[in-house]
Amino acid sequence: MANSYYDPADLRKFGNITEWSEELGSKFFDYYGKVFEEGALSAREKSLIALAVAHVVKCPYCIDAYTKDGLQRGITKEEMMEAVHAGAAIESGATLVHGVQMMNKYNKLSM
Amino acid sequence: MAESIMPQLKKAAKKSLKARENELAHTEKQLEVLNGGLFADGELPYFKDKIAEIGHSPLRPKALEILQINVGYMCNQVCEHCHVDAGPDRKEIMTRETMEQCLEVIRNTGAHTLDLTGGAPEMNPNFRWFVEEASKAGIQDFIVRSNLTIIQANKKYHDLPEFFKKHNVHVVSSMPHYTRGKTDKQRGDGVFDKSIEALQQLNAVGYGMPGSDLRLDLVYNPSGAFLPSDQAAMERDFKKALKEDFNIEFHNLFAITNLPISRFLDYLIASDNYEDYMYSLVEAYNPAAVENVMCTNTISVSWDGWLYDCDFNQMLDLKVASKVKHIKDYNEEVLNDRNIVISQHCYGCTAGAGSSCQGTVA
Repeated sequence: MANSYYDPADLRKFGNITEWSEELGSKFFDYYGKVFEEGALSAREKSLIALAVAHVVKCPYCIDAYTKDGLQRGITKEEMMEAVHAGAAIESGATLVHGVQMMNKYNKLSM
Repeated sequence: MAESIMPQLKKAAKKSLKARENELAHTEKQLEVLNGGLFADGELPYFKDKIAEIGHSPLRPKALEILQINVGYMCNQVCEHCHVDAGPDRKEIMTRETMEQCLEVIRNTGAHTLDLTGGAPEMNPNFRWFVEEASKAGIQDFIVRSNLTIIQANKKYHDLPEFFKKHNVHVVSSMPHYTRGKTDKQRGDGVFDKSIEALQQLNAVGYGMPGSDLRLDLVYNPSGAFLPSDQAAMERDFKKALKEDFNIEFHNLFAITNLPISRFLDYLIASDNYEDYMYSLVEAYNPAAVENVMCTNTISVSWDGWLYDCDFNQMLDLKVASKVKHIKDYNEEVLNDRNIVISQHCYGCTAGAGSSCQGTVA
């Protein structure tokens, strides 16, 4: 067994998940492939969204994958960092907006 | 790790591997890397086994279309990714005598494209004479691969755009990115600005303009251990950025994969990216690209007249597997009846949409 929860080499084994559930695995990968095709949004724009989400969900595999994908698409490091900030801003906003709940509760309990 | 090693690499890349006496300057060492490791351990399949699955082993040529001549390894730049290991310190230059032998072939070939490359081909002292003579053969598409900065490098090169125009040369130029940072990181400080000026000069004489017969195409190589993306999308981004920022026009963008040989191989190993890169190439293997891989329609001639299946095999010193091995004995019919020499670097030409000196192939 690996003595770490995350091994970079596991990323290239991602496709192996179909071995234990072919139907669901295949459906997922078909869906995944379709999602990232050119559509109303360009594949480039979707790559930046994926990079931002990868940071928000803190997936090291996804961060590796979409940093490389961005480089391949000619996305600049400035664009990548702005995407990460967009994700981080939503994530911190999601925390901070709960501050309103705290304030509501505080006010309700206070005389 | 890759980031921490980059400044050292950048410093070191001011000289060729050969001048640095790097062991990867020896082709047998490169082939040892390409044939060993992941492939010898059975983790990744050998290229010959992969193409055997679709009935393409041995790989055979189709009709010859492109005659590519490397007129020397001398260059004014020392790009980190260069598969030629070119640079100012390389002295291998095609002689006039070998050029005469090439001209004889050019006059009689069935190929429709003549493709001059280097190094910086313009640095060969007989370059202009060779272009003048070769253009008389009336070959349909006459390409010169120019690195752009050469036009700015010295006063004697300033008139190259006019010279190319006079001989109706199709100019193909490297441009790794439309931003300064990425270009200079791969090709050296100041390269971006000089390249932009050179492109503007080429535009000024009519090259690359919409509807112009003076063809100007750009070559994009990834500036690191990753593969190129969709060529059409990259072309769109390049056109938009170069037009908006610098009012530059060009015709097509060729996205070319960096093959794991020479300086790029050295970079991959030094930055601990070699294994991942080989996995990426094998994972991106596209059987449809095998059909049109460039070695099936190209012959590559080295500065000293030897014949190869492609410029990459030339740099690995893998000569054609034919009775005819040298330009002085050139015989197109005999040459076309040969098996193409392959190794694991060939995965670079079959990844994704495929890669060739003319861009994607699938």
